Amino acid sequence: MDIKPVAFKRLSLEESATFDRATIDYIQKAAAHGLYEIRGLGAKRALPHFDDLLFLAGSLSRYPLEGYREKCVTKTVLGTRFAKKPIELATPITIAGMSFGALSANVKESLGRAATEIGTSTTTGDGGMTPEERNSSKTLVYQCLPSRYGFKPDDVRRADAIEVVIGQGAKPGGGGMLLGQKVNPRVAKMRTLPQGVDQRSACRHPDWTGPDDLAIKIQELREITDWEKPIYVKVGATRVFNDVKLAVHAGADVVVVDGMQGGTAATQTCYIEHIGIPTLAAVRQAVDALEDLNMKGKVQLIVSGGIRSGADVAKALAMGADAVAIGQGILFALGCNSETYIKDGQAISALGDYDAIGTAPGSCHHCHTGRCPVGVTTQDSVLEQRLQPDVGAKRIKNYLKTLTMELTTIARACGKQNVHHLEREDLVALTLEAAAMARVPLAGTSWIPGVGGR
Amino acid sequence: MERVSTQMTAMEFDLAKTPLRDLNQFLHRELDVGDTRHVDVVNPDGAHNIAVGLDAPITVEVHGHAGYYAAGMNQHATVVIHGSAGTGVAENMMSGRVHVKGFASNGAGATAHGGLLVIDGDAGLRCGISLKGADIVVGGSVGSFSGFMAQAGRMVICGDAGDALGDSLYEAVIYIQGEVKSLGADAQFEPMTDADLGALGELLRQAGLDHDPAAFKRIASARTLYHWNADANQEY
Repeated sequence: MDIKPVAFKRLSLEESATFDRATIDYIQKAAAHGLYEIRGLGAKRALPHFDDLLFLAGSLSRYPLEGYREKCVTKTVLGTRFAKKPIELATPITIAGMSFGALSANVKESLGRAATEIGTSTTTGDGGMTPEERNSSKTLVYQCLPSRYGFKPDDVRRADAIEVVIGQGAKPGGGGMLLGQKVNPRVAKMRTLPQGVDQRSACRHPDWTGPDDLAIKIQELREITDWEKPIYVKVGATRVFNDVKLAVHAGADVVVVDGMQGGTAATQTCYIEHIGIPTLAAVRQAVDALEDLNMKGKVQLIVSGGIRSGADVAKALAMGADAVAIGQGILFALGCNSETYIKDGQAISALGDYDAIGTAPGSCHHCHTGRCPVGVTTQDSVLEQRLQPDVGAKRIKNYLKTLTMELTTIARACGKQNVHHLEREDLVALTLEAAAMARVPLAGTSWIPGVGGR
Repeated sequence: MERVSTQMTAMEFDLAKTPLRDLNQFLHRELDVGDTRHVDVVNPDGAHNIAVGLDAPITVEVHGHAGYYAAGMNQHATVVIHGSAGTGVAENMMSGRVHVKGFASNGAGATAHGGLLVIDGDAGLRCGISLKGADIVVGGSVGSFSGFMAQAGRMVICGDAGDALGDSLYEAVIYIQGEVKSLGADAQFEPMTDADLGALGELLRQAGLDHDPAAFKRIASARTLYHWNADANQEY
């Protein structure tokens, strides 16, 4: 008799949760190429974030302020500790460090023009300062990175503040990376590198190692600038409580903490998804460190990593940040992952160019290839024309304006005449994770996990 | 402020009496309007950040030991240290000349873009790290990881080198007379050409050294790490 095995149809098509299709694809790519994946943008995995916090607005126990009619101050001052010339901004929303090299010269000019019109600051990146961004930016923060590519004392003197970069949220502990496709003649010359080389920057500074050395390095930068300019220290979020304390001890005017949702133009995927802690947890620890040292308000805190909306900004400020920095949000505002780009006022489809690099709008993280279909993260002479400074500056200006209006809307609802008056008491958490990380109560309860032995 | 004007064009700062801030401020600002072209610094006593950020064709002589970052980011100036220098002497120098008569600590000439750094004695770890176009002449030996990721410029080592000399070199060239404990990833010995002999002879002459260029070996990048490949065995 012919015996057929029982067919368990559901089981025969069951996917594994551990070895799902994405994992199988990853393993087979690794087996085929023997190289790790490199990509742009930030962590794609779901993480506890500002979305998991909500505001308690004014009602009977507190009263709100009139939207539109009652004033709500957004002015933000950074670098008041030692610098003779602190940075004064019209909004606490700043533009994060992104390099010329990662971004086109047109984009850097757009950032400077928009920031100047809005009254905020923009920041250089690895590879030095371009005349385009210096000339277009009223307030420009100059980064001092481990590679020191294009780092020049004339530019130190031309800058409005110096940011010593120790790490970046997307890759704490890792150096910069710019693949050969983007090392065009101008980028190569600025960085003193052979054209087309796969550039992998150092992860530690060449002339200092620990916090004691950093203190002397900061003093050197102050001496060179005659103590005029604020010195920021930027860390990727890992052991934030200790790192912020050490940065303050080393003499920072401003500490920048970049959470793991922060972006990158090119980094190993294993870094982006598996190293660092979420921005939400990082803010809490950074503020704890400043409060522990009694330096809250004396050393300013800038938070970055996945800030998207005015609500995110308001939550960061309520948690204790003095300002935020936005990188990826700015790129999306410029048209990153858009289906079209603008040419002579007309929207032109870029779908074919997404397809050519094996992606689609909404999923593209191909900054590392230099083939950005919308002209944002490219050094290609044809592609970079797809984002003109006029269009870019307008978009960023609108975006930053929207965020600032959302921020003041929320602040007024909470009864604050100044966005910097937002406080932790205004917040509740939606999830246990967020409640524990942000140390605010779970909504509708007075329960903060881990506080008071509960 | 304790300043003694020794002649019309010279000035002396005594760091035992005058704060470093006053010295650097003078070197940055007052030089623009005054006619001082020579500044002596006495009693430096290992102070950090002496004569940093200079931007004028003047001479500063430091009579004693200097701490970290002496003559850091120098442009146009000549700085002579009659003693030893701490970490990062002449770091990120753009042009000019820095001469250490004694020994130099770690990271001497780090990321320097231009100018000449001369160290009469030995230099510590990571001498010439990420060099970007300057020339460095070391009369003695250098520590491990010297010339790490050096991108452009030349390093002359009259003595020996520690481990991993020239690791991940780009286009900088190293000349060494003594022994190399080990070469770093992607660094290789190459034959000395006539051009090398000429350039080296000129660098030695500028440093006031009379070694025979023919006794030196050349080290440069094998360029195997310039592009990603799966066969490089995690050396990057």
